Amino acid sequence: MRFEYAPAPESRAVITLRDSYGLFIGGSFVAGSSVFKTISPATEDVLAEVTLGGAEDVDRAVAAARHAYERTWSVMPGKERGKYLFRIARLITERARELAVLETLDNGMPILQARDVDVPLASAHFFYHAGWADKLGYAGFGPSPRPLGVAGQVIPWNFPLLMLAWKIAPALACGNTVVLKPAETTPLTALLFAEICADADLPPGVVNVVTGDGGTGHSLVAHPGIDKIAFTGARSVGKEIARMCAVSGKRLTLELGGTATNIVFDDADVDQAVEGIVNGIFFNQGHVCCTGSRLLVQESVAGTFLDALRSRMARLRLGDPLDRNTDIGAINSRAQLDKITSLVSSGTADGASRWSAPCTLPDHGFWFPPTLLTEVPSASRIMQEEIFGPVLSVATFSTPEEALVKANGAPYGLSAGVWTQQGALLLQMSSALRAGVIWANTFNRFDPSSPFGGYKESGFGREGGRHGLEAYLDVVSAGDVGGGIGV
Amino acid sequence: MSEGSEVLVAHEGGRIAVRKTYKLYMGGTFHRSESGRTFVVRDASGGFLANAALASRKDARDAVVAARTAFGTWSGMPAHNRGQVLYRVAEVLEARRTQFASEMQVATGVSTETALHEVDAAVDRWIWYAGWADKIAQVRGGMNPVAGPFLNFSVPEPSGVAAVLAPQDSALLGLVSVIAPAIVSGGTAVVVASSRYPLPAITLSEVLAASEVPGGVVNVLTGDVAEISPWLASHLDVNAIDVTGAPGVLADDLAAAAAHNLKRVIRPPFGDWTTDPGLDRLIGYLETKTVWHPLAW
Repeated sequence: MRFEYAPAPESRAVITLRDSYGLFIGGSFVAGSSVFKTISPATEDVLAEVTLGGAEDVDRAVAAARHAYERTWSVMPGKERGKYLFRIARLITERARELAVLETLDNGMPILQARDVDVPLASAHFFYHAGWADKLGYAGFGPSPRPLGVAGQVIPWNFPLLMLAWKIAPALACGNTVVLKPAETTPLTALLFAEICADADLPPGVVNVVTGDGGTGHSLVAHPGIDKIAFTGARSVGKEIARMCAVSGKRLTLELGGTATNIVFDDADVDQAVEGIVNGIFFNQGHVCCTGSRLLVQESVAGTFLDALRSRMARLRLGDPLDRNTDIGAINSRAQLDKITSLVSSGTADGASRWSAPCTLPDHGFWFPPTLLTEVPSASRIMQEEIFGPVLSVATFSTPEEALVKANGAPYGLSAGVWTQQGALLLQMSSALRAGVIWANTFNRFDPSSPFGGYKESGFGREGGRHGLEAYLDVVSAGDVGGGIGV
Repeated sequence: MSEGSEVLVAHEGGRIAVRKTYKLYMGGTFHRSESGRTFVVRDASGGFLANAALASRKDARDAVVAARTAFGTWSGMPAHNRGQVLYRVAEVLEARRTQFASEMQVATGVSTETALHEVDAAVDRWIWYAGWADKIAQVRGGMNPVAGPFLNFSVPEPSGVAAVLAPQDSALLGLVSVIAPAIVSGGTAVVVASSRYPLPAITLSEVLAASEVPGGVVNVLTGDVAEISPWLASHLDVNAIDVTGAPGVLADDLAAAAAHNLKRVIRPPFGDWTTDPGLDRLIGYLETKTVWHPLAW
């Protein structure tokens, strides 16, 4: 039985786009040397013109951040710093609908995910870290841990506002100032966030937003005035940044994605596991660093489980990201669509069988249907590389040991999922999986109090929770140095 | 009419001010004492301020029932949400900054500057504790590396209902400093306000009622601490007692009575309310729960 859905589009009336956006440096928007256009991936319409930050723009931003660090932010008592973060948390919530619509337009994610996940979690992240600002001495890093200085932060396009919050909130709570470089294809919510910083009366220079491309990011990472780099994005770029920081001595944390495996045992609750796996891979079109792109099903239940999975996938609704009934939005860019298409082709060339959910793709924009690849050889590129799209590769296993070998065989180790009703097996698998986050009978759960980050080539450092503070504190010398910042 | 109370009782142009009735705060609503009793509250110069409710033994017992009823909801709420509620209290208190300052001035005779400073410190104290709601578990809990195939972890949990005897000398900052740690982790409280300065406690109750603190989480009794507190100290459905507001000899007696059902007794050394409160009070209301679960293929 199929239901007809009337269109339920979220109104664009809540947002007011400017024709052109400057860079947010030293508390105000300033012009840069050149510009580029940001488009809606669902329609390919131009949304706005954005400034392409050059090396000299990065230099200005770093100088503003350094000035704010030395004169204002690092000497302000923690409880007062915290009040600014509380303000930002509240302002994000107050402008939540506006941020959600803007995020959906610029990124292509379904409005429900922007509205119910991306934006509220961003606010919660600021609220959580606001509370740490005057409690750093209790976080287990010595009695008076010090900030690092100016942080250069480069974030991806998959959850633009949430990734911004993961970076900026802990940095500010710990007394650092930041220069943030949003992703090339999704700069708009970061620019609205800059307005929010101004509305919060955040001291000028504490947060600077420099939009641009890979060259802008490179200038930021290479800048000698930066003390710490935080990067979320592609593994190849992360490795290049690690080489640069190895020479410059900057502190570094990296979050580089993964090829998460969901392992389904024969006693798992099928409906719960299907729902979790569909959420795990198709949430945000698979544009999630911890997306569950690999599925291992115990042989004895593989046939019935995959039938249930196909049946659920066939009911996913692909289309207008602003429609509240949409499950699958647009692929973020043509480049990403090309990469997904190429990886799927390599998988079928390696012998995998492809099945895609029957859905009509819109004429304009970038789209890829929810897709299942079965009988995928373990060594296939698609099992080893991050696809970052709505494509689930399936294999089977017979014993827990075999599942572990397959799951742990990837170079990545960001996350994994385990589905079984047996508590002891669940926990044993959790301890044996080589990944930074294990979801047991659930998937893609995020909370500001829960540390997130990877093993192996998924990067190092954690974001969120008490553990995440370490990325922005000088914990090495905290025990040796008196004074410190106000806590 | 003393000079100071003109701040409260304005009568410009012949208008007669409307006075407030100060009641007990229980289960989220305001009640007169079931005993029908009141006592006179005087300002710093000895002038009449108000008749406050003189809480009875039955009022205290009713307040415990209200606190117990609220415990399930409040302790079951996500810590993040409790933090949000406490932060909301700070927001609402900040908005009534001048109201509290003038009440404190009238009650205690301090300068405007001193009164405002105390209100600001009280707002900041709510924020300090608001931040702890979703952080104390990571500071006080963790994994235990037991020698065997088990997952073993410990988490802090609230003790339950607390009787909180607010300090006699600090009408707002001291009051907030004893209430917030009792409730931030999910506990609920029966507060006995300062007998000398009971009115700010009732006004604070109005702030709590307007801040989405669920009814019954904080219940405020005004009256004679020596009369009410023994009933709370010996009450079998009270799990902890903060004896700060009891004079030394009474505090000893209350601590001894609390031993009857092994209440947690909160009795930090006297401190300056304006300094960093630390974690002693907050931790005093926490139990540690340890969970074992086997690991097996």
